[in-house]
Amino acid sequence: MAYEGDELLDDITSKEYEFGFVTDIETDKAPAGLNEDIIRLISAKKEEPEWLLTWRLEAFAIWKNMREPEWAHVTYKKPDFQAISYYAAPKKKKQLESLDELDPELRKTMDKLGISLEEQKRLHNVAVDFVMDSVSVATSFKEKLAELGIIFCSMSEAVREHSDLVRKYLGTVVPRTDNFYAALNSAVFTDGSFCYIPKGVKCPMELSTYFRINEGGTGQFERTLVIADEGSVVSYLEGCTAPQRDENQLHAAVVELIAHTDAEIKYSTVQNWYPGDKDGIGGVFNFVTKRGLCDGDRSKISWTQVETGSAITWKYPSCILKGDYSIGEFYSVAVTNNMQQADTGTKMVHIGKNTKSTIISKGISAGKSQNSYRGLVQINKGAANARNFSQCDSLLMSDRCGAHTFPYIEVKNKTSKVEHEATTSKIGEDQIFYCLQRGLDEEQAISMIVNGYAKEVLNKLPMEFAVEAQKLLAISLEGSVG
Amino acid sequence: MLSIKNLQAKIEDKEILRGLSLEVKPGEVHAIMGPNGSGKSTLASVLAGREEYEVTNGTVSFQGKDLLDMPAEIRAREGLFLAFQYPVEIPGVSNMNFLKAAVGEIRKHKGLEPLTAKDFLKLVKEKSALVELDGQLANRAVNEGFSGGEKKRNEIFQMAMLEPKLAVLDETDSGLDIDALRIVANGVNALRSPDRSFVVITHYQRLLDYIVPDFVHVLYKGRIVKSGTKELALELEERGYDWIKDEVESVKA
Repeated sequence: MAYEGDELLDDITSKEYEFGFVTDIETDKAPAGLNEDIIRLISAKKEEPEWLLTWRLEAFAIWKNMREPEWAHVTYKKPDFQAISYYAAPKKKKQLESLDELDPELRKTMDKLGISLEEQKRLHNVAVDFVMDSVSVATSFKEKLAELGIIFCSMSEAVREHSDLVRKYLGTVVPRTDNFYAALNSAVFTDGSFCYIPKGVKCPMELSTYFRINEGGTGQFERTLVIADEGSVVSYLEGCTAPQRDENQLHAAVVELIAHTDAEIKYSTVQNWYPGDKDGIGGVFNFVTKRGLCDGDRSKISWTQVETGSAITWKYPSCILKGDYSIGEFYSVAVTNNMQQADTGTKMVHIGKNTKSTIISKGISAGKSQNSYRGLVQINKGAANARNFSQCDSLLMSDRCGAHTFPYIEVKNKTSKVEHEATTSKIGEDQIFYCLQRGLDEEQAISMIVNGYAKEVLNKLPMEFAVEAQKLLAISLEGSVG
Repeated sequence: MLSIKNLQAKIEDKEILRGLSLEVKPGEVHAIMGPNGSGKSTLASVLAGREEYEVTNGTVSFQGKDLLDMPAEIRAREGLFLAFQYPVEIPGVSNMNFLKAAVGEIRKHKGLEPLTAKDFLKLVKEKSALVELDGQLANRAVNEGFSGGEKKRNEIFQMAMLEPKLAVLDETDSGLDIDALRIVANGVNALRSPDRSFVVITHYQRLLDYIVPDFVHVLYKGRIVKSGTKELALELEERGYDWIKDEVESVKA
């Protein structure tokens, strides 16, 4: 995939955070603070069944007894959980018959994000579920998907319309007790996406959700659940942007994937939330739990992520390889610039026989940022002939940034094979000069070298988004060599 | 085309060029020879605009413009090409994308429309044939996993694509076997024209059997100490550099 040089230049000339605008719509916002009443309010606002309220309250009780994790290689001022508003929904909340009924302000937001729904429909054949703050505003393509029996809707709608399915799977991959932020999310999640692919169905289009944090001072607690039933195939993409804000915003999502026998889920993320300014003021705290369960034999889950935003990223999309011959993959590019910090990686837990996992991680650090890869490869006793290959590369763009690798490997089966490769390199002045000598300017040179470095991962993204991701890398690294 | 006057340059605190002067007219091929450490590669680097080298004195005018005043990429866009002694690898970036971007920038600088994909491919096909470069090589990452000979052929291929006014070849012959040398030289000769000049930097006379220069200069201790025609190269081949060194030292004394 090649990007066009001119387009890239145009993008690069816009130096400020590109998506730093605030949409002016009235929002329905809960008072700050977290207690059982707030949880009851969220549940009532969303017209949820009783079982879910109980589930949330139990999660809240679990959370109250947990402590914020401190093992990650990041430093930050801990959020004041009582200062956050846990619910913000655009006020005009009536059900829409068509996308034309959308609030014009909201439409503008989508246009700025470059995801005009009509465009998406016509050009990309992508179904978009647009999540603004907490409530999913409109879902396109739903009818077309419904013909195949595919359910793709907001989590709130799924809770109302497909309560049994949600109840059956919610929290089965990431239990409420899993970690501090997962427990918090379980108590207060407001929306997210739900996706169910029935037996034997190949989803004919990329399913896509754009998350966007809009309201100042709100936390966003997405809950996403993707279920691929036997023999089905689905590719899902989430893209994230947040407007520029001075106070830190918390984002603590939980994503659960379940792949049954012979099913395949590909989950791609492009994350460019506001990273804060050059001095580390502002920016999103991205504390996310993402995990997939390869439940059935020969199932496959593949995570691809391009992480360029957020002040702090704490995220380990993982695979539990339970079914025999199941496959887990993790392809990641994580870019940190200025004062950004990222501690990201994956866990591959091999339980079934002949399971296979691949980890390709490409870290890029610039400015004074800190970029860590943290990964666990665990081969359990019964996982005969399990295979893992890990490759963790770090690219340093300056003398003041840090790149760290924390690989954990636990092997309990002698027939398994685990390979780990790691490299750290500094971007070569020779490489940059070579490009300059051929007439490219420094920004182009860096963009080209970095994109080349990350190519193995970028190639895993769905075509339409690979180009966007390449541009994002270039934008994130503007003026970063030194 | 190129006019270098009293050029002095240093890297860190080491003085390397100590008053070098050279005139290159359109269409001429100048060979720069000299013993190791005489400043040959420094000259190439300074002309191309490497920032590690500090120019402390002198002027360089290129097509009437002050070359030293231009950043490296502008020098390239103005038509100065350096064939590197050690071409670098850029993993993951295909030769084609790399060249497409480079050709695009240079055309833009000249006020020309971008080439269509079709015309670009046509050009690639035509120019890669000049250096007998396999079509596959064009699709591989820039210099990654190339043999020494392939890298040097790739440099000449890039030169052919970018159509410079002045090409500086920095020890393009180093590490080449006789067949590769012939191919590279044929490529260069095919690109010779009345309005394109070459500065060929080499340690050995061998290359000059194939790329026949109009002038040969001997660089020693950062200065051109002797100039002549191609016969001078043959004499150097026969007698080595010592007699030149002796000549220079005796003049000093």
